[in-house]
Amino acid sequence: MPTGFLGMPLSLDGAALRLKDDDDVAVALRPLEAGVPVRFPDAEIVPLVTIPTGHKIALRAVAAGTLVHKYGQAIGRASAPIAPGEHVHVHNVEGVRGRGDLVEAPR
Amino acid sequence: MTTTFQGYRRSDGRVGVRNHVLVLPSVMCANHVVDRIGRAVPEVVTVTHPTGCAQVGVDFEQTKHTMAGFAANPNVAAVLVVGLGCETNESKALAQEIAARGQRVEVIGIHETGNTTETIARGVEIARELVRQAAAHVRTTCSLAELVLGTECGGSDGFSGITANPALGHAADRLVDAGGTVILAEVPELVGAEHLLAARASAPVAAKLYELIERVEARARAMRVDIRTGNPAPGNIAGGISTLEEKSLGAAYKGGSTQLREVVEYAERPTQRGLVVMDTPGQDIEQLTGMVAGGAQIVVFTTGRGTPTGSPIAPVVKVATNSDLFARMRENMDIDAGTIVGGTRTLEEVGDEIFAWIVEAANGRETAAEVLGFRDFAINRIGPSF
Repeated sequence: MPTGFLGMPLSLDGAALRLKDDDDVAVALRPLEAGVPVRFPDAEIVPLVTIPTGHKIALRAVAAGTLVHKYGQAIGRASAPIAPGEHVHVHNVEGVRGRGDLVEAPR
Repeated sequence: MTTTFQGYRRSDGRVGVRNHVLVLPSVMCANHVVDRIGRAVPEVVTVTHPTGCAQVGVDFEQTKHTMAGFAANPNVAAVLVVGLGCETNESKALAQEIAARGQRVEVIGIHETGNTTETIARGVEIARELVRQAAAHVRTTCSLAELVLGTECGGSDGFSGITANPALGHAADRLVDAGGTVILAEVPELVGAEHLLAARASAPVAAKLYELIERVEARARAMRVDIRTGNPAPGNIAGGISTLEEKSLGAAYKGGSTQLREVVEYAERPTQRGLVVMDTPGQDIEQLTGMVAGGAQIVVFTTGRGTPTGSPIAPVVKVATNSDLFARMRENMDIDAGTIVGGTRTLEEVGDEIFAWIVEAANGRETAAEVLGFRDFAINRIGPSF
């Protein structure tokens, strides 16, 4: 198995990086073509769409409204249901912090 | 193991890595005169800015302290302040504050001298004399413990948090181990990662950090905006960053893994060595100016999209997060951290290269931003103009 940096496991073919074991997403180190499986030591994931370099692929299903994890930390919550292999980005994950837009208008 | 470099020891005991003569307007009305002095005496560095008048309260104080701290940075051998004569930021008072910080300073005013042409002529005379005096300063052996390193990321992408920022963190740890100081800033880009830093701090330091984070979120609430409408920026999002928390978690790696020793305000000089957080915005030039005004002699700046920023008085070492950027903007970049993903170098090897670059820059090696002549300068405003 290729050695990851910061103790992070690289996928077997080096195409994607899962930063912590329990993360919901991995980072594409090069474009991940739709339908071409990406293999990890303990899992395999098939991209539903082509994932651009530097972008995230879902490693497992995430229910709408629940937290999404990368770096072993919460990066936001799913704003729509996320299926394994989906592109995870602004269309299906939203920040929880710095959300002044969610403050209720004064009565 | 390198523990020293050749630097300029100043009268207040601090050490510079450059020997600049700075010409600084106290107010925007003096920008033209400053610019003309700089053209006549190319050995000086000049900055211009849109501040210094019709400012009140904490906003004015921050502007003045930032100018004074910047002018007193040990990379500067001497300063010429140029004022107008009717401005809020009185040029003689600014010069006094610069002198109080141990800096050699001269001051002229346009009204007092006569007119534009006469002030340019007088300024050119003074600038030439300051350049002549500065030439007498020589480099001597100094400890790396004297270095204050500013860390910055701009134009981040999906690789920032897995290549350049952790590699910079490795270099930051090495500098702290050598007794030096590392500034981690851009507080809006610590939102979502603050608990990781607080866990490495004493209770009072952690409390101050949480206070800065709350200030950012309180501003977002007061404006009823989602910070994501401006940060992550469109380029960050195109590069794969989806949320502010995700950007922050990647950004926080820059500071390394040592204990957080202190939290300081914008442009405030740290009193502790080791890792320090400074309250700056994520806006790149305002952050850069704040860290340099707080005493940083060198900055390492990571970028995924290609931010070309450079300071007028401090070397800014530019690290590309990916090899495509490094090739595309080769003239702007000093280090390629994309080799980590390419598998040709480890994170530690790139971190060691960053550390070696810091030492070389301290010894006088010019960074890409210096060679290209960047003189970016902007003061963070915390109140409106009146």
